[in-house]
Amino acid sequence: MRLVAVQEQDFDAGALLGRLSGAGTGGLASFIGIVRQAPDGGLKALCLEHYPGMTEKALERLADEAEARWALTGCIIIHRVGRLEPGQNIVFTAAASAHRGNALAATAYLIDQLKTRAPFWKAEEMQDGTTSWVDAREADDTTAAAWNTPASPENLP
Amino acid sequence: MRILYFAWLRERIGKSSEELEPPPGVDTPRALIAWLRTQGPGYAKAFSDEKPVRCAIDQEFQPLDAPLGRPKEIGFFPPVTGG
Repeated sequence: MRLVAVQEQDFDAGALLGRLSGAGTGGLASFIGIVRQAPDGGLKALCLEHYPGMTEKALERLADEAEARWALTGCIIIHRVGRLEPGQNIVFTAAASAHRGNALAATAYLIDQLKTRAPFWKAEEMQDGTTSWVDAREADDTTAAAWNTPASPENLP
Repeated sequence: MRILYFAWLRERIGKSSEELEPPPGVDTPRALIAWLRTQGPGYAKAFSDEKPVRCAIDQEFQPLDAPLGRPKEIGFFPPVTGG
């Protein structure tokens, strides 16, 4: 089972996990990214833009890689676009496998890679009326690249 | 070829895409940027610094010095910030 989607509407994580559960699955792992309020409460909303066509191809490729690397019985990647306020869901990754290690590792891989390899851009709309584009974080590149090193958890115990 | 702009590049140029035929000799994204810079003040501002500019040729990420070939489309954008 594979589901990859870029959409404006919210997702129902419980329903999505239900779709991943099935014969041969022994573990389901998932990650939900949520729009985080700034420490000073100054964020009004995030506005997410993407590259239609390229984004879907990039996400399908990540799903291909996760399925090739870990024995998965299914995986899901959903990313929302448009205007999202603090507390709202923004991204969902999930993986199912016979054993928990593969499901947990694949879920983390999908979100780590998505952050640096899928064409999305965030702008912050602040309470004071200003809007600014979010800068990419070097730490995200480091985290994504760490999956290529021998020390990465191919199979968690 | 179809050229697409995203995020602050789109805002500075004032459009999200356009059809353009760059002159012969424009053989890399970096050369295309240099030519685009001469197309108006919005382009000059958007491409004043190449460092934060990334690109995709036919929807695949490529370095700015990749061979351009004859793509259907090329996208210019800042480093991605999804997730």
